[in-house]
Amino acid sequence: MKKEVKVLQGNSAIARGAWEAGVTFASAYPGTPSSEILQEIADNYPDIYAEWSPNEKVAVEVASGASISGARVMASMKHVGLNVASDPFMTLAYTGIKGGMMIVVADDPNVHSSQNEQDSRNWARFAKVPMLEPGDAQECKDFTKVAFDISEEFDTPVLLRGETRVSHSDSPVTLENRKESKIPIGLDPKDAPKYVMVPANVRVRRKFIEERMRKLEAYADGFKYNRMEINDPGVGIIASGVSYLYAKEVFPEYSFLKLGMIWPLPKKMIAEFYKKVKKVIIVEELDPFFETEIKAMGYKVFHGKDLIPNMYELSPEIVEQSLMGKKYKAPKIRIKPEDLPRRPPNLCAGCSHRPLFYALKKLGTFVFGDIGCYTLAAAPPLQALHACICMGAGIGGAHGAMKAFGKAGLGKMCAVLGDSTFLHSGITSLMNVVYNKGNSTTIILDNRITGMTGHQEHAGTGFTVRQEPANMVNYEELSKALGVKSIRKVDPYKIEETMKIIKEELAKDEPSVIITVNSPCIMLKRANRKFKDPFFIINEDNCRGCKMCLEIGCPAISWKEGAGATKDGHKRKGTVYIDKGVCIGCDICTQICKYKAIVPGKR
Amino acid sequence: MMKNNDKVTNIFLSGVGGQGTILASNILTEVFLNAGYDVKKSEVHGMAQRGGDVTTHFRFGKKVYSPLIKYGDVDFLLSFELLEALRYINWVKEDGKIIINKQEVFPPAVNLGVAKYPDGVEEVFKKYFKENVQVINGQEIAGKLGNVQAANVVLIGAFSNFFPEIKEAAWVKAIKGLLKEKLHELNIKAFSEGRKAL
Repeated sequence: MKKEVKVLQGNSAIARGAWEAGVTFASAYPGTPSSEILQEIADNYPDIYAEWSPNEKVAVEVASGASISGARVMASMKHVGLNVASDPFMTLAYTGIKGGMMIVVADDPNVHSSQNEQDSRNWARFAKVPMLEPGDAQECKDFTKVAFDISEEFDTPVLLRGETRVSHSDSPVTLENRKESKIPIGLDPKDAPKYVMVPANVRVRRKFIEERMRKLEAYADGFKYNRMEINDPGVGIIASGVSYLYAKEVFPEYSFLKLGMIWPLPKKMIAEFYKKVKKVIIVEELDPFFETEIKAMGYKVFHGKDLIPNMYELSPEIVEQSLMGKKYKAPKIRIKPEDLPRRPPNLCAGCSHRPLFYALKKLGTFVFGDIGCYTLAAAPPLQALHACICMGAGIGGAHGAMKAFGKAGLGKMCAVLGDSTFLHSGITSLMNVVYNKGNSTTIILDNRITGMTGHQEHAGTGFTVRQEPANMVNYEELSKALGVKSIRKVDPYKIEETMKIIKEELAKDEPSVIITVNSPCIMLKRANRKFKDPFFIINEDNCRGCKMCLEIGCPAISWKEGAGATKDGHKRKGTVYIDKGVCIGCDICTQICKYKAIVPGKR
Repeated sequence: MMKNNDKVTNIFLSGVGGQGTILASNILTEVFLNAGYDVKKSEVHGMAQRGGDVTTHFRFGKKVYSPLIKYGDVDFLLSFELLEALRYINWVKEDGKIIINKQEVFPPAVNLGVAKYPDGVEEVFKKYFKENVQVINGQEIAGKLGNVQAANVVLIGAFSNFFPEIKEAAWVKAIKGLLKEKLHELNIKAFSEGRKAL
């Protein structure tokens, strides 16, 4: 029978691999470029229990419980997510697993959508666990399946390094059937010494993980996805994942050592490769990880990070240009793209974050922000977000700043974060504000969904990943329970009132929380958000061309040059124009215009 | 540096978030996979749901390694917006072919009046690529069919003319497979109008 071939995205192929491997439990917190993995499981593989966790630490913890019970489990996250999950992860390296466990950690070279650029391979070395790195969708599926076998054979969690270019590229995959795991579900109290990490047991497991590393090194030498391709014996390239594909694209005539398992490294195979080729070049994205290790083994590296950048994403031409140097022939430059207007992402027309940040800007508030759509408020013209470190850090930042300022800080600053982010790691920080007698203000922008990563459900939305109805966290009650006494609600679309409430709360010498209401993400279909007027238009008789309305950065409003005058004789250099295809009638601009120049369009 | 004759064809799609760039590239993927090629596709975007620029690299051939096209190696540029076409003009080979949708979507800096939307995009392309440039008013064609949203499929229809070896039925099959049933009729018409437009 001919096997079915389907084009899958790298992330979808990981989901498929998990299903074929007999995984029954999957957890995740969304984050680009990893988000699609769990959604794909929820949508297409009912054999797998799936849940969005409030954060990555919880995702790994719940997966560990299922694994200890015998289930094959997967947790997925982006690179910075593993930092959050590092606490359970580092110790799980000691306890090991029962049912196979794979943790997908998706790096984001070139920081397409993240707060830093880090190389997750360092986590594998740090935690002493094996790591695999696929380069295309077929490998995503194959490596996922083999990860579970390795996990069970060596009693270890296995890391799979995803990254933007693999997660978000599509290529053909041969589909296979699912094989259920043979491990029975059950818990045995006699296993306690393996799972209770008190010092006496830790010392036993400490020795175990060193032995495990030695066994894994031997395994890596025979691992079928580590392979040599001997062509030109003059030059050999060592690479993995997508870096291998770029190098193969531009130097197909060279020899290759293609690594599928990137930690631990196959020492014998590397020795053999050095015997077969004259000069070795290492092509790797981000850190000189292989290079450092291979040099430490005593080998010479002909070229590596001396030529290939250690930051941003690689590409075929970067690899070619770096290694060819002066011999590289650059394509013809017809225009300078840097002279063209850029097209950065922007808050959507009608987004409830826009008026809220406009209010904060008008008040001159220093905003300790957070990761989410609202981070876009840092861009001009709003420029109303002034710090953004990681999820949940805004509340801590504002608290720290208030302590530094003392009473003089009242009215000057606040923390702003989204609903999903609040549940991710805002709660503990808010509790800290109350406990440590802080007086900072936290604004929860409740748009009823995890917006930026593409609309994932969370504990506050009322739905699970599979759209089953679920309990909804009540942020007001929760804040109360944490000890906050001053809790206000604001409709951000009413700018004056929003400013008044924020001003009052900022001035209070006690912790306070402001929750936005009536402000679901305008892209959230089920919220069915409708405004009173369908769209607005410009009354050119009144528009003085003052550009005040442009200060909100609405994508529907643009500037039109052209001298003229209002009906009552005020001269102007141009007017604004509202694109009725983009405007959704949110009414923010009319509140800003002093000259009644913005009026409802016709339904 | 490629030495073998198993040529890989590089198609670069560009547009603005929400224009259907990714759906268009999904259609290409299905069509060329079914035609027996190895295919690789990669979306390059940050937070495109929020109106940012979106590009897709699509490659097909006997064997495709890199998911990204090499800078300067684009055989076909298919752009859904004028500025987003111009932004990638240097990527196109000397003899590359270009189809552009005649639509302007202003980025924030232009809306704010601090940057100018480029003039004469068509002329710049014609200067370098002569008769290899085709400009199509996808919105107008799709609008006549009742939904401007189908402009992306109009462009795909026009683009399909470059591959006479692939029958219209193969494109229609891909469109049907990727879109909800209620959108089939409109999009098949949009495809067919686009095919006639070139």
